[in-house]
Amino acid sequence: MATGGAGEMIGQVFSWLTDSAHWRDTPLDTGITTQLLAHIKFSLIAVGIAGAIALPLGLFIGHTRRATFLVAGANALRSLPSVGLLVLLTVMIAPHFHGRTDVGFVIPTEIVLVLLAIPPILSNTYAGVDNVSPAVTDAARGMGMRGRQILFGVELPCSLPLIFSGIRSATLQVIATATIASFVPLGGLGRFIYDGLQQQDYPQMIGGGVLVAALALTADMLLALIQRLVVSRGISGRFSKSGGAAADAVDAAITRAEVAPV
Amino acid sequence: MSLLHAVFATADSPSSASSSPWHFFGYFLDHRSQDLSWLWTHTWLSVVPVIVGLLIALPLGWLSRRYGWLYPPMVSITGLLYTIPSIALFVLVPPLLGLSSLDPLQVPIALTVYSVALLVRVVADGLASVPEEVNQAATAIGYGRARRLFAVELPVAVPVIAAGLRVATVSNVSMVAIAGTIGMSNLGQLFQIGKDLSTPTAYYPPIVLGIVLCVLLALVLDALIILATRLMTPWRRAVPAK
Amino acid sequence: MIRFESASKTYPDGTVAVDALDLVAPSGQITVLVGPSGCGKTTSLRMINRMIDATGGRILLDDQDVAKVEPAQLRRGIGYVIQHAGLFPHRTIIDNIASVPLMLGTSKKEARAGAMDLLDRVGLDQKFARRYPAQLSGGQQQRVGVARALAADPPVMLMDEPFSAVDPVVREQLQDEFLRLQSDLGKTIVFVTHDIDEAIKLGDQVAVLRVGGHLAQMATPAELLSNPVDDFVANFVGRDRGYRALGFEAVGQLPLEPEPTVSLESSFAEASKVATDGWVLVLDAGRHPQGWLAIADGPSAGSDSIDRGRLRRGGTVASVDGTYRAVLDAALSSPTGRGVVVGHDGTFAGTLNATQVVALIESRAGAAS
Ligand SMILES: Nc1ncnc2c1ncn2[C@@H]1O[C@H](COP(=O)(O)OP(=O)(O)O)[C@@H](O)[C@H]1O
Ligand SMILES: [Mg+2]
Repeated sequence: MATGGAGEMIGQVFSWLTDSAHWRDTPLDTGITTQLLAHIKFSLIAVGIAGAIALPLGLFIGHTRRATFLVAGANALRSLPSVGLLVLLTVMIAPHFHGRTDVGFVIPTEIVLVLLAIPPILSNTYAGVDNVSPAVTDAARGMGMRGRQILFGVELPCSLPLIFSGIRSATLQVIATATIASFVPLGGLGRFIYDGLQQQDYPQMIGGGVLVAALALTADMLLALIQRLVVSRGISGRFSKSGGAAADAVDAAITRAEVAPV
Repeated sequence: MSLLHAVFATADSPSSASSSPWHFFGYFLDHRSQDLSWLWTHTWLSVVPVIVGLLIALPLGWLSRRYGWLYPPMVSITGLLYTIPSIALFVLVPPLLGLSSLDPLQVPIALTVYSVALLVRVVADGLASVPEEVNQAATAIGYGRARRLFAVELPVAVPVIAAGLRVATVSNVSMVAIAGTIGMSNLGQLFQIGKDLSTPTAYYPPIVLGIVLCVLLALVLDALIILATRLMTPWRRAVPAK
Repeated sequence: MIRFESASKTYPDGTVAVDALDLVAPSGQITVLVGPSGCGKTTSLRMINRMIDATGGRILLDDQDVAKVEPAQLRRGIGYVIQHAGLFPHRTIIDNIASVPLMLGTSKKEARAGAMDLLDRVGLDQKFARRYPAQLSGGQQQRVGVARALAADPPVMLMDEPFSAVDPVVREQLQDEFLRLQSDLGKTIVFVTHDIDEAIKLGDQVAVLRVGGHLAQMATPAELLSNPVDDFVANFVGRDRGYRALGFEAVGQLPLEPEPTVSLESSFAEASKVATDGWVLVLDAGRHPQGWLAIADGPSAGSDSIDRGRLRRGGTVASVDGTYRAVLDAALSSPTGRGVVVGHDGTFAGTLNATQVVALIESRAGAAS
């Protein structure tokens, strides 16, 4: 492999990726399509579970300002090495499952992915609610909104930008880390990376890397799109600034004219 | 050390054969020189890319602050880099740079790319966090642009930049371990060994040792950055006058 | 009517913010709570709508003890305006204003129609309806805050330093419009401020609080200026209070002096003929005062007409039913020493000089003693 320039390698990776035979399943090999779907499935399940835990928890902690130590605790999880945890859990759990099922590898993988996805979602959701201007929640309370109405009508919509950035970084980390599920070994796009490594089939290995990166970028773009649709323009600031500013200048001029001494 | 060894050895006899998770320390002592060398590689693989990344990010961050139009493209491009999974980046670096696969530079280069991606934004935001009055006051007392940057802006931005460094360093420790699974020699090798030794029955010591050493390394590096930040920002410890 | 009956608030940390406060805020009037920072104004105000619960005594709203009403229900019937407006950043202006009616079950269409009317009432153009709070200036946001509090037409309004965060020019304007609005609506308003000038300008009655939540004096603004009960109130009300008190008393019958005038179309020659001490007052066709002409300035270049550019317009103008302060100010600010007084329709009525105004003030003081 020492020979052959970068260009040649890129060409080989490209032909690996574009060879339709690699996308189909064969009796011997699982194709790209199947592994891609498996990768998406692992990731969706993990982000889904993490979101179902961390979102309500973050909203609760932010709204009540109780149990904030949980946020710090979740952040401490970040220093755990994900591969190490994955190997540990696999070694612990997999022997309990026998036969043709891969549940023994799915469970540890999902645990690691969920543990990875919780801290960003939890801390961002908490920070989002915590950052809502006290004047806004005070006004909401003062006009007679109840706890739930304030949480879902005011605090949640106001924290959406931060919540989305938490979900986006959790998703990126999950997609990236789902790759190492193939190390234990499980399906997913990481299969190509580890198999390629073992078989010294570098086009396959690099092709796998390209696929993971492409999946991550696509997922992030999708989430960015959803964020655009869901977050109020009053918060994202995507209103016509020019029109607003010009009108403000006019208003300011009028205001000054009105109060000028006569 | 030998006393400790004795304690652990008696607690878990026969020493080298025990597969108990708590035997990790005995395992460490049995393979001390190998483990320490992996720990050392792991440490510099975690630290050096962050330092190099900071050195690259400082001018880039400063530029995107100085020329406002540079900020949006700079932030989106570096944000895009950050979406590439680490393992993908590890395997992509050699063909893109014309290195051989499993080149020793492959991992540090990939991690440096991540650090730059994270820190450009942090530096720009950190410089932006310097209050405008402070900058104007510095200019007013006759500081030139360079002097103002090094004597005023960067010191004031230290807390924000340090927060970014902590994130970059701690996540690096975990990513280096991932590189271990594709054959790089660092603490990640312990997971490979543990996995290989765990058929047919679980053999925990190397796995637990790897996790413990990784967490300790992350905590120590994190604490060092916190300490350095405190030393560099004595004014933040001043108690506000009531 | 809002009645505090020895209402007290001791915070969990032991701070006594309000100590046995007795106070009545009459219906349809503006009651201002004023005092130095930390004296317990906000605490007192927020005990009314139970944002803070009193730890002693009670507060009655139209003879109903607020402690017996469920807080959210209570608050929906009370308008609430705070310093930084607290507009919902994710809702448009129109939806911000419609918040309470929507919560009370009004249909969306109706609530928005009502909100549109309110936008007008608080002096905002309808084009703001679809904007977001971030697109408005601080003063405009504060107007929206007032509109939002008014939306469900609550009989009572609580306002906590609503105009403190805007610049003085906008503040003055907001205060004027607030008074105009109140003269239409006649709400029962409790208004908190630390600014004694604002208190005197807006209050029908003013309650001065001292630190520790004690009521120092409750009085009309004029009384407060002329008759502070103790040194604390006197100091808080500040210097110039004798002069400022003149701003609360109408003069009544003004012994106006006749003043020869000319119109803008008159010739310079005519003007110099009627001038007194070298000055003549110029009116427009509708007999509204335009400014003083100094004969020494001469006519318009190359003609015999009045040079409009040289009219001295600096003096203030007092109304025939104006206060001593307004009339004195007209005299003192006039370049001739003769203060211009106009009738209700703004047409010229006569002049009065400072000596004459001071004589009026003195004869009033003499009558009083
Ligand atoms: N939540 C609280 N806990 C303890 N003390 C408080 C709290 N809120 C206000 N205080 C104290 O109560 C006193 C009155 O506060 P406040 O009513 O806000 O004053 P004002 O509005 O007149 O400035 C102050 O000494 C303040 O520090
Ligand atoms: Mg207050």
